[in-house]
Amino acid sequence: MKFLRDLLDKQRPLFEKGGKLEGLFYAFEAGETFLFSPKHTTGIKGAQVKDAIDLKRMMITVVIAMIPCLLFGIYNTGHQHMLATGATAGIWDNFGDKFTTGLILVLPIVIVAYAAGGLVEGIFAVIRKHPINEGFLVTGMLIPLVVPATTPLWQVAMATVFAVVIAKEVFGGTGMNVLNVAMTARAFLYFAYPAQISGDQVWTYLGDKAPVDGFSGATALSVVYDAGIQGVNAVDALNKHNSVLGDGLFSFYNMFMGWIPGSIGETSTLMVLIGAFILIATGVGSWKIIVAGFAGTYLMGFVMNLLAVNEYMALPAHYHWVMGGLAFGIVFMATDPVSAAQTETGKWVYGILIGVLTVIIRVLNPAYPEGIMLAVLFMNVFAPLIDYYVIKANKTRRLQRATV
Amino acid sequence: MSKILKLKKGFDIKLVGKAKLELVNFAPAQTFAIKPTDFVGLQRPKVLVNEGDTVKAGTPILIDKSMDQVIYAAPVSGEIVEIKRGDKRKLLEIKILADKTITHLTSGKTDLASLDRAALAAKLASSGTWPNIIQRPFGIVANPADTPKAIFVSAFDTHPLAPDYGFTLKGEEKAFQAGIDALAKLTSGKVHLNIDGSKPAPTVFAGVKNAQINQFSGPHPAGNVGVQIHHLDPINKGEIVWTVNPTGVVQIGKFILEGIYDASKIIAVTGSEVSKAAYVKTFVGANVSTFVKGNLNSGHVRVISGNVLTGEKIALEGTLGFYHNQITVIPEGDYFEFLGWAKPTTKLSFHRALGLFSFLTPNKEFVLDTNCRGEERAFVQTGVFEAVTPMDILPVYLLKAIMAEDFDEMEELGIYEVVEEDLALCEFVDVSKHPVQELVRKGIELIQYS
Repeated sequence: MKFLRDLLDKQRPLFEKGGKLEGLFYAFEAGETFLFSPKHTTGIKGAQVKDAIDLKRMMITVVIAMIPCLLFGIYNTGHQHMLATGATAGIWDNFGDKFTTGLILVLPIVIVAYAAGGLVEGIFAVIRKHPINEGFLVTGMLIPLVVPATTPLWQVAMATVFAVVIAKEVFGGTGMNVLNVAMTARAFLYFAYPAQISGDQVWTYLGDKAPVDGFSGATALSVVYDAGIQGVNAVDALNKHNSVLGDGLFSFYNMFMGWIPGSIGETSTLMVLIGAFILIATGVGSWKIIVAGFAGTYLMGFVMNLLAVNEYMALPAHYHWVMGGLAFGIVFMATDPVSAAQTETGKWVYGILIGVLTVIIRVLNPAYPEGIMLAVLFMNVFAPLIDYYVIKANKTRRLQRATV
Repeated sequence: MSKILKLKKGFDIKLVGKAKLELVNFAPAQTFAIKPTDFVGLQRPKVLVNEGDTVKAGTPILIDKSMDQVIYAAPVSGEIVEIKRGDKRKLLEIKILADKTITHLTSGKTDLASLDRAALAAKLASSGTWPNIIQRPFGIVANPADTPKAIFVSAFDTHPLAPDYGFTLKGEEKAFQAGIDALAKLTSGKVHLNIDGSKPAPTVFAGVKNAQINQFSGPHPAGNVGVQIHHLDPINKGEIVWTVNPTGVVQIGKFILEGIYDASKIIAVTGSEVSKAAYVKTFVGANVSTFVKGNLNSGHVRVISGNVLTGEKIALEGTLGFYHNQITVIPEGDYFEFLGWAKPTTKLSFHRALGLFSFLTPNKEFVLDTNCRGEERAFVQTGVFEAVTPMDILPVYLLKAIMAEDFDEMEELGIYEVVEEDLALCEFVDVSKHPVQELVRKGIELIQYS
């Protein structure tokens, strides 16, 4: 690594003040600090030693936590394709083909998201003269995982650029944003190009092949929604769905494992839970938000069960955990420390309300089958309000103490 | 009523190089210095001596023109060899070449019973021992004209590699008691002596009368007096409390008993880079070179007056800070590390993202260097500061209020209850590498001088 270091040291004067490429200093610095942790030492006064963590290390931990979801998503994309086109029935059949098919679809999306976002980050860093934000390490991976594998690449690029600029950079970069950046990207796609990210046709990649007769590309959420309208028992409807392809495709077990159509990374609750375990074990994600999110979902699902005016409301509450992107949203989006509630008490309120809102949107709202995206964005906006009251309580305790 | 408090939040930084409980005869320090910069809040220093003057231990050499009843005295007898000034003639230090045998300025024994509060305060203020008394809020040298609502003494130090007061103050029982008695006269309330609840009390503190003895246990910062005040009798706006380090109590006690300013103290020489980590007897303001030179494992080191969390970087022949009872020597960390942010590591971290398996080796001692391990960023991670601050305070919001210079918000969020050391752990664990202690002082100064 000596020659790399020497190379950097040699180029450095070019980018420093007075150098030819002075304007690109932060671009150089970003590259340099990614290769080598800087040699800065602590100041004369104050803490003389520092914890080994930094923002880069924290962000890479989140990326690691998402890898199970990514790998599973790649495989499942191929699996759904072969299932729908009748090429295979068993889960582990044609393993290599499925993985390759998935990889060909998913990898470009990941690359485009990182490239588009990284470019915007770089431009902003150079113009605004601030270091490049590591937050994009996570955002660039999150965006591919929450879109269908069939999303056109130009839309991925558009959404990423929009989200990074409008949701993050205009506020001042990582740490200053109000909304979760990746969720904003998805919301952008959802409202700007609904045809490519909602409905029954987008979740399964068919390519130039025809699907088997009787195939329906509907997701579990829309199956249940239809069941509610038609007055059919929702669990039965799920179990019978797409029976031409096999039995119980939307069984609770299958949905938990993730062998269902959906956005790339969110189908498998199991993989999300592995990610959650990594986040919680490393302390990077707040276990309070995760637990509160799942609890809030169950709570609201249970309340719906008690009312049970229609069949959707009668759907057992735990089904909400495994359908759609709820688990993924709670574990990877809601826990974004910048846009979530930042006080410890606030995190409970924030998490529970995300769960509650998701179920309300899913069950009672006729327009959107999935609620987690809007619930997270909505609570992002409300998080400062929650914190405001938690902080106010702290101030009040201090004030009361003084007057006693 | 004595209180027993168990604190859960916090973090012990376990380092290599704890001082062995033995006194070592290093070559005695030759020169001693008083640095005005050690005394936070000392605004207009005035030197009372000239180069070449001879002084006794206890001779006033410095005053603060904005509080001139408090004198800062020579810790040893000898000759003033240098009055060092920096830019714009800012006074940096007054250096004394010590005599072989120290002679003291004596003022006779103090009979506590015959003095009223004001007379005692005036006498202590002119003794040289007064700067040991620190006022909260703000963490500045106390004003003898004030009457604090209580005085707090933390009898144990939980900082990394901190000295053991049970050892350094062994045999000073009488002086300590006399010091407590004097403090008890200065306050309208109680003197709180807070001892380590996790082990039996050392003899010097065990039988102390005239004070409420409380027990604290838990990880650092359980030994910080600010944390203890928060749990015993928190400071509200407009209130004043004083704090004294046990070493300072003994100095005050000796003045009461013998009428002299005895600035001797036992300090710990610690850190991974000293070959002999042990205790040494010296005086306030000692030049540390004789304890460090020839006692090093490696060449590229940082000498710190104080501990690694709140201390100050000094030169190899630098001066021990007035309030410091230890020096720490650790490796300097000015090196690049290839992919240092991504590769697996066994470095010490409060965060489990790195120390995932650290629970397997809870007593492992680490060698830490001075590398920052990353660059400053905006606040991102939340909940970490709270996990190392055992107080009902929201550190991030307090720091943001300070950055925004929002005075009302600072007051409401508890700026009166903290000084730098109370949030020093936040600076250590901060993912975004903010200069937390510098910010805290900035906030305090904004409030103090507003």
